[in-house]
Amino acid sequence: MDFGPHLMLAMLEGAVTAAILALTAMGLSVVFGVMRVVNVAHGEFYMLGAVIAWFVASTLGTHPAVGFVAALVIAPLLVGALAALIDITVLQRIGYDPERTIVATIGLLYILQQGTLMTFGPDARPVAPPFNTRLALPFVEWGENGLALYWPWGLSITSYKLFVTAAAAVILIALWLFMTRTRAGLIMRATQQDSAMARAFGIPVAKVYALVFGLGAALAAMGAVLVVPIQQAHYLMGGDPLLLSFIVVIIGGLGSLPGTVIAALLIGMSDGVISVFFSPTLAKILATLAVAMVLVFRPQGLLGKKPQ
Amino acid sequence: MNRPLALHLVVIAALAAAFFVLPDYHSGNLARIMVLAVYAMGYNLAFGYTGLLSLGHALFFAAGMYGLALSMQHLSLTAIPALMVALIASALVAGITGALALRTRGVAFMIVTLMFAQAGYLTALYFVQYTRGDEGFVLPQAVRQIAGVDLSSAMGRYFAALILFSVTLLIIGALVRAPFGRTLIAIRENEARATMLGYDVQRRKWLALVASGTISGMAGAAYALLFGYAGASFAAVPYSIFPLLYVLLGGAGTTLGPLVGAVFMFYLIDLSSGVTDAYMLVAGVVLVLLTLFLPQGLLGTLRKRWVPWLP
Amino acid sequence: MATVILETRGLTKTYAGVQANTDIDFDLPEGQIRALIGPNGAGKTTFVGMLCGRIPVTRGKVIFDGRDISGLPAHKRITLGIAYTFQITSVFAGLSVHENIALAARRAGGNAARVTETLERVGLADRADQTAGDLSYGHQRILEIGMGLAQSPRLFILDEPTQGLAESEVAAFKTLITGLKNTTILLIEHNMSVVMETADYITVLDQGMTLAEGTPDAIRANRAVRAAYLGTADA
Repeated sequence: MDFGPHLMLAMLEGAVTAAILALTAMGLSVVFGVMRVVNVAHGEFYMLGAVIAWFVASTLGTHPAVGFVAALVIAPLLVGALAALIDITVLQRIGYDPERTIVATIGLLYILQQGTLMTFGPDARPVAPPFNTRLALPFVEWGENGLALYWPWGLSITSYKLFVTAAAAVILIALWLFMTRTRAGLIMRATQQDSAMARAFGIPVAKVYALVFGLGAALAAMGAVLVVPIQQAHYLMGGDPLLLSFIVVIIGGLGSLPGTVIAALLIGMSDGVISVFFSPTLAKILATLAVAMVLVFRPQGLLGKKPQ
Repeated sequence: MNRPLALHLVVIAALAAAFFVLPDYHSGNLARIMVLAVYAMGYNLAFGYTGLLSLGHALFFAAGMYGLALSMQHLSLTAIPALMVALIASALVAGITGALALRTRGVAFMIVTLMFAQAGYLTALYFVQYTRGDEGFVLPQAVRQIAGVDLSSAMGRYFAALILFSVTLLIIGALVRAPFGRTLIAIRENEARATMLGYDVQRRKWLALVASGTISGMAGAAYALLFGYAGASFAAVPYSIFPLLYVLLGGAGTTLGPLVGAVFMFYLIDLSSGVTDAYMLVAGVVLVLLTLFLPQGLLGTLRKRWVPWLP
Repeated sequence: MATVILETRGLTKTYAGVQANTDIDFDLPEGQIRALIGPNGAGKTTFVGMLCGRIPVTRGKVIFDGRDISGLPAHKRITLGIAYTFQITSVFAGLSVHENIALAARRAGGNAARVTETLERVGLADRADQTAGDLSYGHQRILEIGMGLAQSPRLFILDEPTQGLAESEVAAFKTLITGLKNTTILLIEHNMSVVMETADYITVLDQGMTLAEGTPDAIRANRAVRAAYLGTADA
């Protein structure tokens, strides 16, 4: 394949990564934005979403589309409920102290991950995509008669991957409408502004926090359900999404929702593109160091405004 | 002689006697635990005394481990010069990490240190032709000796670990009672107030982190030298979590907490690994229970309730 | 007139376009007890924050003992001989009272004798071994003043030291402050009896600017000050 088609393929794959990443990182960002805590177990909620999707799909065992749709509803609900329960039993009791929350969620990370190892086992398990047509894509070249379309071998994408990008966009728009247009969203944003004031106005802050923590986990689970027909479910699959979500949330400015989406696109696309041309390990080293430097020298994020 | 020093000497004497009393299996474990306790003591200096909650100390542990093992393996250095390389390597890595990461605080500091350590782990994987990545490499028994003492023998290994442990314990015991150590505690308690008393908080935090990283690095080097193995898994995230776990369990800001925490966790994981492969589950459960019910750890609670002079 | 130990020229602080302090020129002669008063939000804490380096200046100069210290970080200014007590009590809550004082004294080159002497002076000697966080609010405030004294500062800046103190403690504070030798004092204070009885000279800030300066009597008689500040209390 020539450079052009190669790059286009990388960008298409990158768009899929970006879509999933935007969902997952959005979950982390919503939680940080409203509750001001960092959830290190976020990647495990993602992993649980994928594992539950496998359970649902393999239990129903009918047409892949039925199992998939069922998983898309059930997995986020279950994971969200589990997260809300964790919020009430653990995080609320340590008063959301930022450092202790991180230590506790590190503990939860291992509990969820190792608990899955004990029940689900160490194998990676696939979920069949609901549909999966391969679509060959054209590219342009400068031929004898000027610009002409041609179909380079290997330049294709599946209908399912296109669906993933669209579905992620729809979910994010729905989230945005929820946060800006509904009473529940308004209450969440009021709590984010000033939790003491919100409490004074009779907002049940404890309930809002449990709900937000559940919502954040549910978003990660949705991302995982979408990804599992491409990637397979595995008990260690939460590590990379966690790291990438951190990167996205930091670059986008901690807690900024539009910043998170833009950063997810940026990182997701460049992740796909970089890994085509560089050693993935080297790319990860450089990306990790670059993000650490952003936190060190520009803690408000690349896209955030400097507080004054 | 003051009580804390006396207590430290008693602990050291008890550990020395333990070698002759305990069955081989347990004295072997104890050698490993002492090295891990040194790692945790280094960590405690940053977290327990100075209030720097790092999630990236595996970077320093690995810097020491690879500093020693790579220089022995590829440059054919003997143990003492290789230990020197490990010392310099971990001090250097801690110095650079500190200079950058200490520009942040709190949660950002935790994430920055985590990311530096992750970059370190990936670097170890990237140079796979030297490090053999996750699989790691073995240091031959022939080179694992200092002044004719075979460090791969049960006794040589145990007493080498004990010497390292004792020296570290006595140094830290003296340090935290000295003005410098008291100032670190003051920084942990109230950074703004320490600044407004004229202390250069930034510089002292950096010094504390360098000392902490260097001690952790020496533990890493000793681990490679005594157990004859170096691998990238020692640079991975769980090895940044372990010292945190030991220190939290034993009691942050207590001199003996790291040892107590390391003993408990080691045997807890050892016992559970007989039952299940998912031994990290235990670590997770302990972390959550500690944050919920025993934030001061075992010795911290002991000191608060009953033994106020506990160092 | 005594030598000027502290002066500011054109000191200005802007927060997101809002001026908290505007072009403050301020001279403080050595040995004086100066009170800094003004209504809430007048910019008093911002002003002293810029003096001791806690708050970066937007524009202007701070000169201490003839030396421009505008570029120095807070801890270096402190070592030149400035002490500062916080508006909201700030002690080392987990350490003993003795340790708190010792940390202050040690940095300023003081020895064990100075620690003991300071503990006696502020009346905390019998509580030296208590954990500072367990002290009553009033005692914590006194401890913080003690920490300042242990530094033997040349300039002692106190931000509302008597807030929350009982009558008797306020009286003890007045005696303590007026009895200090070789120390210049800059006092932010709301308690008018403390101001009028201890201060040699008063500076009034209003809306980030110097409204008036003068002796206690002159300030009491100043119409502009009455209008801006005392007016509400005295009218």
